[in-house]
Amino acid sequence: MTAVAEGTELPPLTIEATPTFVVSTALATRDFQDVHHDRDSAVARGSKDIFLNILTDTGLVQRFVSEWAGPEALIRSIKIRLGVPCYAYDTLTFTGRVVSREGNDVVVSVSGVDSLGEHVAGTVEVTLP
Amino acid sequence: MNVREAADEIAAKGESSPSLARDPVNQAMVNNWVEAIGDANPVYTDPEFAAASVHKGLVAPPAMAQVWTMKGLHGARAEDDPLGAMMAVLDEAGFTSVVATNSEQTYHRYLRPGEQVAATTRLEDVAGPKKTALGEGWFVTTRTTWYVGEEAVAEMVFRVLKFRPPVPKPPPAPVLRPVISRDTEFFWAGLREGELRIQRWGETLRHPPGPMPPDGSLDAKPDYVVASGRGTVFSYVVHHHPPVPGKELPFVVALVELEEGVRVMAELLDASPEEVHIGLPVVAAFVRVDDDLTLPAWKVAR
Repeated sequence: MTAVAEGTELPPLTIEATPTFVVSTALATRDFQDVHHDRDSAVARGSKDIFLNILTDTGLVQRFVSEWAGPEALIRSIKIRLGVPCYAYDTLTFTGRVVSREGNDVVVSVSGVDSLGEHVAGTVEVTLP
Repeated sequence: MNVREAADEIAAKGESSPSLARDPVNQAMVNNWVEAIGDANPVYTDPEFAAASVHKGLVAPPAMAQVWTMKGLHGARAEDDPLGAMMAVLDEAGFTSVVATNSEQTYHRYLRPGEQVAATTRLEDVAGPKKTALGEGWFVTTRTTWYVGEEAVAEMVFRVLKFRPPVPKPPPAPVLRPVISRDTEFFWAGLREGELRIQRWGETLRHPPGPMPPDGSLDAKPDYVVASGRGTVFSYVVHHHPPVPGKELPFVVALVELEEGVRVMAELLDASPEEVHIGLPVVAAFVRVDDDLTLPAWKVAR
């Protein structure tokens, strides 16, 4: 990863947020709030559909960065800011770029965008192998 | 007690008592998680790869830190959870809705199967009230630390916006519709075309239109003239009560004497009640309700 420098772009990652994806990630993160698995309840609470939970966003950001950085890269921190919801049937696309590098310590800025706008934005600190 | 004082009191209590994870870090939950998230990193699932890696053995995904201490299907917040306490204070103050805005996790090291974490949370900051796109609200920030024994292994700064949702305006009720007869049909047809039509019996104008001329002749047939629309307020009322379907209160109803000499009553649209006076010059306006109905109205001649 010697070529990694400030400005290096990460390969984008596209996630199809199917209902199955929304539900299985919510349950795998042990988040049983009904808005993540029960459309009737989500609609009754003013949402368009079930939507991704925050723990899944953190997980997806980790996956996005470590798929680029490699299996032995060490994730030091994941800091995200939450934007518009990601409802079932939407498509979420992650893009990212390196904002700084000191030795093997790299800071990556990440953005996940769906049809409504920016769903998640943040930074990840990662130590390259 | 106000929100600020309550926040200081909750913050002063410091860290909540540790909440122990239901299960130790375990392969089954890791497998479910990587399968759902789609993370194929073999350091989480392949013992041989993991043993030869920088980790020298299997580890759990760092992003699972919070998963271990989630309360589960029938879980409830701990009594001394500061986020729960702060939410209750803000509910009480009318800030009833909540949305998470930030999650900032720092991992001091990777967790290994068999380790059992415990989490404590303290209230870090309460900022507000602030005007936001969602409504007025308070930003509540907590810091959660996960421990294995005495060792802090991960931390999270978590921020929510607790806000007062704006009261949605009820949709306007449909306006009252006039009864239209053969004698008045021409008047309403005129309004649809942007004409203020006045019934005429020979040389005599009559409004509201009627079935016969003022002299009672049963043989006469009416036609109409199109009024210029210019006139002055002859009299008016300001309607404060009771509510009228399709109208915001108060509104002004003006009896206007047209240049043509007849008086026509309609709502005066763009004058505040204080501004209206007898003699105020006005012009006709046309308020389209739908394809079938346009209502007459007045605007101040400016």
